[in-house]
Amino acid sequence: MQSLYPPVKNGKATYDLESQKYLKLWQGPQHPGVTGNMSLELDICGDQVINCNTHVGYLHRGFEKLMERRRYINSFPLVCRICVPEPDTNEYLFAAAMEELLGIDIPERAKWLRTLNLELSRLASYLMWMGGQAGAFGMGTIAQWCLAHRDFVLDLFEEWTGARIYHMYMIPGGVRGELPEGWTGRAEKVISAAEKLLGEIEQVFINNAIFKLRAQGLGIIEPEMIDPYAVVGPNARGSGIKRDLRKDTPYLIYDQLSFDIITENSKDAYGRFLVRWRETQQAIDLIRQIIKDMPTGGAFHLTLPNVLHLKVPKGQTYVKAESTRGEYGYFMVSDGSAFPRKVTVRGPSFSHAMALLEYLAVGVNIADVAGLMVSLHTYPPEIER
Amino acid sequence: MKLKDILSPFYVWKRAFEKPFSVATLKEAREGAPSYRGFHKNDIEKCIGCGTCAEICQNATIDMVPVKDAQHGDSGLRPRIDYGRCCWCALCVDICPSGSLTMSNSYIWVEDGLDRDVRETYCYIPGVDQKPWDEIEAGYKKPDNYELLHLNRIKMPHMPAEERLLSFTEMVHGYSREMALAEADRCIQCGICTATCPAHMDIPKYIKAIREDEIPTALKILYDTNPMPGVCGRVCTRKCEDVCALSHRGEAISIRWLKRYITDCAESGDYAKILCDEIEPSGKKVAIIGSGPGGLSAAYYLRSMGHEVHVFEKQAAAGGMLRYGIPAYRLPYEKLDQDIDYILSLGVKLHLNTCIGKDLSFDKVYENHDAIFISTGLFEPYRIGINGEDNPGVISGLKLLSDVTNDLPIAVGAHVVVVGGGNVAMDAARTARRMGAEVTVLYRRRLEDMPADREEIDEALEEGVLFVCQAIPLEIVKSASGRLEMYWGKAEMVIQEGSKRPQPILIEGSREELIADTIISAIGQGMNFTWMDGEASAQIKFGKWNIEADRYGRTTDEKVFIGGDMFNKTADAISAIADGHRSAKAIDTLLQN
Repeated sequence: MQSLYPPVKNGKATYDLESQKYLKLWQGPQHPGVTGNMSLELDICGDQVINCNTHVGYLHRGFEKLMERRRYINSFPLVCRICVPEPDTNEYLFAAAMEELLGIDIPERAKWLRTLNLELSRLASYLMWMGGQAGAFGMGTIAQWCLAHRDFVLDLFEEWTGARIYHMYMIPGGVRGELPEGWTGRAEKVISAAEKLLGEIEQVFINNAIFKLRAQGLGIIEPEMIDPYAVVGPNARGSGIKRDLRKDTPYLIYDQLSFDIITENSKDAYGRFLVRWRETQQAIDLIRQIIKDMPTGGAFHLTLPNVLHLKVPKGQTYVKAESTRGEYGYFMVSDGSAFPRKVTVRGPSFSHAMALLEYLAVGVNIADVAGLMVSLHTYPPEIER
Repeated sequence: MKLKDILSPFYVWKRAFEKPFSVATLKEAREGAPSYRGFHKNDIEKCIGCGTCAEICQNATIDMVPVKDAQHGDSGLRPRIDYGRCCWCALCVDICPSGSLTMSNSYIWVEDGLDRDVRETYCYIPGVDQKPWDEIEAGYKKPDNYELLHLNRIKMPHMPAEERLLSFTEMVHGYSREMALAEADRCIQCGICTATCPAHMDIPKYIKAIREDEIPTALKILYDTNPMPGVCGRVCTRKCEDVCALSHRGEAISIRWLKRYITDCAESGDYAKILCDEIEPSGKKVAIIGSGPGGLSAAYYLRSMGHEVHVFEKQAAAGGMLRYGIPAYRLPYEKLDQDIDYILSLGVKLHLNTCIGKDLSFDKVYENHDAIFISTGLFEPYRIGINGEDNPGVISGLKLLSDVTNDLPIAVGAHVVVVGGGNVAMDAARTARRMGAEVTVLYRRRLEDMPADREEIDEALEEGVLFVCQAIPLEIVKSASGRLEMYWGKAEMVIQEGSKRPQPILIEGSREELIADTIISAIGQGMNFTWMDGEASAQIKFGKWNIEADRYGRTTDEKVFIGGDMFNKTADAISAIADGHRSAKAIDTLLQN
C-alpha cells in the first residue's frame, strides 16, 4: 500500500503533527480491537497509520516478583494466570523447570496426560483466536461459534481437572488426577463437533471474499525479519519458516506422535489464519492419537519432598515449549533456598505485540489495525509478567 | 475473486435452523462437574485444626479461628475461608492431613447483606456455618494415588529378634543422617504434638533444626524443656506421636527417634559448649529427694536458675526407675549417664546411698533447705492377693529389673510366668527371655486392653513371649519337686453397668495349671510416704494414696513440692520431667519473693 503522504523511512515517518494534516489516535486500552489490556498510540494521516507506538503496563501483576517471595508450591497456582486463554503452557513449564532443577523424572503416564492437556488447551486457544480474528474483521458470527465450541472444550477441562480456565493440573511431580470414567468418549464428541466447525469456518470465512480482500497482503513478515524480530510459532510458519519446538526439541512425548510442521508461504495475515486453522485440525488429530496410544494405568504423580519446606538445589535452567503463539520459555534460577531466586517468563507476545506490531502497523488502514494485531496472536499478560 | 467466495459466507444462515448452544442459566443453574472445585466443605469432626491448609494457601485465604475448646489432639481451631482471596487451587484439600477438607461442586453463593461487612458476607467457616452445599456429595476431593505428603515413616533399623535374645545390647540402631533428614522432612509443623507433650517440647522447631542440619540448635531446643533428651529419645511414651496430624491418614512422624538422633549426633563433651548454661548464684538451697527423671529435671532447672541443689538418692546410682526399672536393651546405662552427667556438671550436688528417714531425717532436710522437691516415685509393688504369693520364687517385676541393673546373680529357671500387662510386665518378660527362660504372660483382659505400649507388646511377641489373655490368677502352690504351680482361671469379658470398659469375670469352675520356676508379679506399684514424718510434715496433707498438691506440685506446705509418679497419673518419664520443670519454676518464684 503506497502512502500519499510523507514517506516512512526506517519505520519512522517524517511529518509535522502541527501541520493539521495528521491525527493522533489511541486504540486501547479499552477498545474491542486490541487483544487484552494494552494500547496502540497511532499517528494517522487520513485513514492510514503512519506511525505506531505500543503501550503496555495496564495489566502488570508482577508475577515474576511475586514468585520470589513464594514457596515453589505456592507459585504453582500463580503461573497459570500469566496467560488466560492458554494457561497450561505456563503450568507445564514451571513444573518442568522445577523438575529439572530437582533432577527428577516424572512417571510416563503423567507425561501423556500433560501432553493431552497441552493439546486440548491448544485447541481451546485456537478456537478463541479464530473467533477473535473473524470478529476483528467484522464477522462476529464466527466469534460466537468458536467461543461456543471453546466452552465445550472447557467443559472437558472442568470434568477432568476440576476447573474451566485455570486448571492448576500439572503440579510439579506429575499431574493431579486421572481422566474421569467415560471422559474420552465425551472428548471425542467435542472434538468431532470442533472438526465440523473447522469445515464451516473454511466455507464461510476462509473463502469469504471480504476476508480475502482485507487479510491478503496485510502485515507481511518477510523471512529476513524472522530473527531480528524474534518471530516464532505460527507467525514464523506463516512465512514459510519450518520452526516448531514440538519437532525441533521434542519434550514430553511429542517424539512418539506423528505430525508435520504446518507452513504457509503467503507471509500475510491470511496465511497466518490458514496456519492456525490447519493447526487446530492438527491438535484434534494429536488428541485422538494420544487417547489411542496412551498407556493405561500406572502412577501419574511422584510425591516430591515435603512441599511445605522444599528447597530446590542451586542452579539455573531454561525450558521451553511450543504454545499457540510460539516459543514459550521459563528461565528459573535457584539459590538453594525454598523460594525461587528468579523466574523469568518468555512470552512470545513480548516481541510480536511490540516491536513487530509497531513495524507492521505502518501503512495499514486504521480499520485493519485490529485485524493485524489479532493476526499476530498476542496476549498482553505475557508481556507484563 | 470467485463467485463462490462471495456466496459462501451466506452459508452461516444454515445455523439459524439449528438448536442454539446457549443455555438459560438464570432459569435453572448449570450444575458443576462431579469433581468441580467449588465452595469448601469441612468434616468438622474429622478436622483436627492443624492449620496445614492455612500454611499452604498462597493467598492467605485461610484463617484458623477458635470454634471450640482445644482437646486431646485437636487444636479447637477450624479454617475460615475468605472468598475474596481464594483462587480455588485446592492445595488445601490436597494437603489436608486428616482428609476432612473437601470441596463441593457448588459455585453460586447468594447472600443478602449489602449493609454488612464483607468479612462476614465473604467468609465462612466450612462445617460450622451452615451452607446449602454442605449436603452436596459431588465436588473435588483429593484424587487417589496422589499425595503431597509422605505418609509412611522411615523404618528404624532394629536388631533381629534372635540376635536380641543373646544379650542386653541396645536393640534399636538409630537413624542415619539421610534417614533422619527424610523423616524430619515429613513434618508439617502443625504443633499439635507440642500441645500434647506433657513437657510441651517444641517438637516442630527441633525437627526443623534437624532438617536444616543444625544439631546444636536442636539440642538447645531440647534442653529448653527437657534435660534428659537422650533418655526420652529412647523410652518416651511419646503421646505426641499418638496425636501427630500425619497419623490420621498415615504414620505419625517418629518424633522419639528424631530426638534420639539429635543426642546421638551431639558429642557429650560438646554439651557445655552448645548449651552454655550460665549460672548466677542466688544463695538459696533446694533439696530434691529422689533422683529419677522428675528429680533430675527439677535439679537441672533449679541449678540453671542459680540455686544450690542437693539431690538425695537412696540407691547407689542416680536415675531412679530409668536405671532400675528400664532394661539396658531399651536404655543403655551409658546413655542415661550421659544425660545425668551433664546435669551434675552444672554443680548439682548428688548424695547417693542416702535414704531420707533412715540415713537423714526429713526434719533435718526441711530445716536446712529453702525448698524441697520430692519425687520418690512408686516403688512399692502391688500384691496379686492370692494364696502362695509368699513362696520363694515369686518376685516382683521391679525386683528382677533392679537386680539385673545391680548385676546380682539371679536365676529365673527354665520357665517364667509373668502376671500383668503393663510396661513393667513386658520389661520383666523380655528380660527373663534374655536370661534364657521360656516366658508366659498372664493378663486379666484382652490383648488390646493391655496398658503396655503396643510396640513393646509386638517386640515381646517377636521375641517369643507367650501371651495368655483373659487369665485370672487363682493360687500358687509349691510342688514337691520344688517348682511352682500357678493355677489360673479363664475369664470372660462382661460389660457391667457403670463401667467404661468390659470387666474380666472368672468363668465358674475354670482352673488351669502352669508349671513355673519363677513367677513375676508386675501388676503395678504404689506410693510409700511413711518416711515423711516428724514436725516437718505437720503442714503436709496426706491422702490415703496420695499427697494433696496444686497444679504446680505445691503441697499444703508452701516450701514442699512433689512431682513425678507420685503426683501425675500418667506415671511416665516425660510427665516426671515436665513436673520437675514446672515445680522448678514455682520454687524459683517462691525463693525470689
